[in-house]
Amino acid sequence: MSSLTRTPGAARSRSRSPMAAPQSFLWTRRIVLTLLAGFVLLPVYVMVSSSLKPLQDVSGKFQWIPSTLTVQPYFDIWKTVPLAKYFVNSLIVAGSATVLSVTIAVFSAYAVSRYKFRGKRVFTVTVLSTQMFPGILFLLPLFLIFVNIGSSTGVALYGSRGGLILTYLTFSLPFSIWMLIGYFDSIPKDLDEAALVDGCGPVGALFRVVVPAAVPGIVAVSVYSFMTAWGEVLFASVMTNDATRTLSVGLQGYATQNDVYWNQVMAASLVVSVPIVAGFLLLQRYLVAGLTAGAVK
Amino acid sequence: MTATVTNPEVDKSTDGGTSRGTGGARRRLPRIPDRIRQGGLPYLLLLPAVLLELLIHIIPMVIGIVMSFRQLTQFFINNWGAAPWIGLDNYRIAVDFDAPIGEALLHSFFVTCVFTFFSVGFAWLLGTAAAILLQESFRGRGVLRAIFLVPYALPVYAAVITWAFMFQRDNGLINHVLHDQLGITDEPSFWLIGDNSIYTLIIVSVWKGWPFAFLMLMAGLQNIPRELYEAASIDGAGIWQQIRKITLPSLRPVNQVLVLVLFLWTFNDFNTPYVLFGKSAPESADLISIHIYQSSFVTWNFGTGSAMSVLLLLFLLLVTAVYLILTSRGRKGADV
Repeated sequence: MSSLTRTPGAARSRSRSPMAAPQSFLWTRRIVLTLLAGFVLLPVYVMVSSSLKPLQDVSGKFQWIPSTLTVQPYFDIWKTVPLAKYFVNSLIVAGSATVLSVTIAVFSAYAVSRYKFRGKRVFTVTVLSTQMFPGILFLLPLFLIFVNIGSSTGVALYGSRGGLILTYLTFSLPFSIWMLIGYFDSIPKDLDEAALVDGCGPVGALFRVVVPAAVPGIVAVSVYSFMTAWGEVLFASVMTNDATRTLSVGLQGYATQNDVYWNQVMAASLVVSVPIVAGFLLLQRYLVAGLTAGAVK
Repeated sequence: MTATVTNPEVDKSTDGGTSRGTGGARRRLPRIPDRIRQGGLPYLLLLPAVLLELLIHIIPMVIGIVMSFRQLTQFFINNWGAAPWIGLDNYRIAVDFDAPIGEALLHSFFVTCVFTFFSVGFAWLLGTAAAILLQESFRGRGVLRAIFLVPYALPVYAAVITWAFMFQRDNGLINHVLHDQLGITDEPSFWLIGDNSIYTLIIVSVWKGWPFAFLMLMAGLQNIPRELYEAASIDGAGIWQQIRKITLPSLRPVNQVLVLVLFLWTFNDFNTPYVLFGKSAPESADLISIHIYQSSFVTWNFGTGSAMSVLLLLFLLLVTAVYLILTSRGRKGADV
């Protein structure tokens, strides 16, 4: 199988011309990249350093170097706000949305990539164009639909995790389908046709041949789906209640009427960010490989 | 993954023997008309996606359009079908630029245009610069690449809340540097209310958005054949010339998609202003998505909010159509 998980373009060397770069280029590179790294890391530094300060220090003038270091905020964040509950909610919602969205995208992309059928173009164009709809446009109607379904059938979509999962999984669906179509197209058709001839059904060919060969693309869209769901704010703020609140809304709980617990806000932000940033950085190669084959062509 | 285990059963149930064949069938297979061989399979595969798109995108959009013709207030939330039909009145209110609502909408439209122009412009510029400068391998390249992707990976609210902290008037980093350390400003400025808010919003949006451009362009660069650079270098082209003559033109197809996607995301962005400013943005940074949210969920005027959403959608469709026509014409011209 590993011979099938070929990354298109990976064989090509990424280094450019063999000629030595001139000083002007090297200096431009150093300066620009240093400035960019500073710009990117500044909030990260603020997040980390402020999360280790006592409350009176983050309420006063900003200190580049903390005068007092404390890990107390990391214990307090769980008490000020039911952070653990929000964490679990976010995990359930983002995890389920990702699994469902990617599975559905794999089926759709396979159909579009491998078959000719009437309505194919209509499907791809429609799915892609939903990408451009402003979220606010269907927030209201969706809110009303969920409320109405709830009052007429008793199926609680509004305020439930299920409603949020349904909503989120469609957010990443267009991009996932789009990217996987490109990725599947880059896998030679001979491979799954051979599998069909050898007695696999079409679905068997999909799971035995196409999916294994498309692992980088599938990982890439999974990462994208998970991050989309993990970071969404608008629908989470309208469609959740106390029990189903996700992290994106829950983090606002550190601001009270009188005070904002900035050290706790920063500590909590760091805690919710570390898993996803670490996961992303581990898998980013796949994302680039997936984009190379799928979206950027 | 579990699907791999179950697939022998799947084979039996869906295959029906039509595509099964011996070695001799290999030649014949592609000649069978596709429609007969595949039956309804593609439609079956598409079904879940179609149903969900219908439920979450298409039907709500149709309802949204219907709602924009009704006088929909909080009294009709549980039974929006009973809201009085008022034809185009919501639209008249929305585009009556002499009255407060229309004037505010027009203002927020202009603010959004300015915001989008600068955010997309800078995000694209930084992304291009970083992708090109990291194309060639050197020590530290992998580390920098990972660092640059951090804003993309950080959840929006965590990142934007940190920026909100940095822009606090009394205890933020920005004023500490500008006022206390460098003495550039006479007194600590307000960054999250008043006229400065638009700068704050653009900075945060660029910080958050440029790594996506970087990612896409980095992927695009991998598709440029190395031979082009070798040939150019043999012909004596320096690195700057190679960037100008090979790299930038080769990225054009990626850029066409990238700029459109960045435009649509930025124009519709809700998360950044919402976390930065809350439910009502300062006037100078009153983005259209927040404005519509405010009209709908704060002042409970869903009808007018829907009309504004529909107008926004029409505008985006128009821009996208024009953009696609222009870029595809450009592409045809380039091919000749």
